[in-house]
Amino acid sequence: MRAEGIFIAVEVEDGAAADQALAAKLTEVCPVDIFAVASSGELELVDKNIDECVLCRLCLDAAPEGAVTIIKRYDNDAQL
Amino acid sequence: MRFYEYEAREIVRRAGIPVTEFGFATTPEEAKAAAEKIDGPSVVKSQVLSGGRMKAGGVQFADTPDEAAAHTVDVLKIEIGGQMPRGVLVDTKAEVEQEYYAGVVWDGTAKQPVIIFSPVGGIDIEQVAEEQPDKVGRRHISNLRPLTGFEAKEVIASTGVTGSELNKLVPIVTKLAQLFIDNDMTLAEINPIGRLADGSFIALDAHMDMENEARGRHKKLLAELGVGDDETREAREPTAFELAGEAVDSEDHRGVAGNVTEFDGNLGLVIGAGGGSLTLFDAVRAHGGKPANYCEIGGNPSVSKTCGLAKLVLQKPGVDKIAVMMSIVSNTRVDIVARGVIKACLELGMDPSEKIAIFRIPGAWEDEGFKILDAYGVEYADRSVSMHEAAKRAVEKIGAGS
Repeated sequence: MRAEGIFIAVEVEDGAAADQALAAKLTEVCPVDIFAVASSGELELVDKNIDECVLCRLCLDAAPEGAVTIIKRYDNDAQL
Repeated sequence: MRFYEYEAREIVRRAGIPVTEFGFATTPEEAKAAAEKIDGPSVVKSQVLSGGRMKAGGVQFADTPDEAAAHTVDVLKIEIGGQMPRGVLVDTKAEVEQEYYAGVVWDGTAKQPVIIFSPVGGIDIEQVAEEQPDKVGRRHISNLRPLTGFEAKEVIASTGVTGSELNKLVPIVTKLAQLFIDNDMTLAEINPIGRLADGSFIALDAHMDMENEARGRHKKLLAELGVGDDETREAREPTAFELAGEAVDSEDHRGVAGNVTEFDGNLGLVIGAGGGSLTLFDAVRAHGGKPANYCEIGGNPSVSKTCGLAKLVLQKPGVDKIAVMMSIVSNTRVDIVARGVIKACLELGMDPSEKIAIFRIPGAWEDEGFKILDAYGVEYADRSVSMHEAAKRAVEKIGAGS
């Protein structure tokens, strides 16, 4: 899944998005509420908060390597 | 927070300073009752927070209670400085032989209260200071320990007042200073203090401003005076623009992006940083610019909050461009503010490179912020450019100034 703001884009691998434990963990660590747990228990991305990303890397640290990608759209799509 | 005169008079009375017999009235009937209590000629004074009452017809003299009631009907209809009166103060019309001035005001530079006294009262103290500087005495005082009679005496005597007058004025000035400290005032002024024919002194009018942040410490007093928790008590009512600024700030707990004051210029300001707002506002004006607003951002507001404030300023009628400027910031991220103001432009269908005259916020995460500004072609400056120089550039870009 992918969600885009003006400045930031967030990508989560489909397998990781379906992982309910990871969904809860990402929701807990993100300081600006980009991640949420859907009623199904799976991960969902909160569109209105994507541009609030403070580039803290907490989601990257919480997820298996490569499962979550933070993209800086203003910096030639550089990955965090 | 400003008090109405009738409240200020009550505060003065509670401090033990003699005041004339007075009453507050919201109806002609109440005014008549107050005038009957005075039992003599009275003055009916409109209760608004702005000046210019006499000129607007908001002060009327009455010889009888019926006349006071009739004047009340008229005065309550008069709008003064954009405000309808809350009521009227029915006051004793005192026959005074001389008017004096006494005030205590917070000196923000010295960070101490300063007592000001003059034997020339009844007119603006600024006018006295300009025309008769030898008739104005001043002294900074401690805001921790009580003012001594000796200190008050020195200030009064420095204006040439001597003898029994001096001795009678000392307790009034001393109590006024204590009132100022006890009530966390930023201004406590009695103008005039009247000397009556029998040689006694009495407070005839008073102005009081309390530090807004201290309101919580004085709940009992405010409740007794009938001051509501939601009363802003500013000299004028906030404009729709200013209220919208408050709404932006209150919608999100993160950081500050508000404290908006409306002006009528064409350069919108998104400014902040521990006094930086005032410096930048003054700098814009010093270079001939006309600010459309004052505001304060800081403490790391969110992108959405910054965006909300920038949108408000960008949409203000008459605003051609905005200048986004702060001092060097450590507690606010440059990249977050950059995102907020650019997002505001984009969501309003505006070109950030056209609408943002200059972005001058050096500090935390500035490299990331500059990348964002580069991506949208916004002119920016780092810390090598002073706040004054940045303000000058903004004014030049808008085609104003010298």
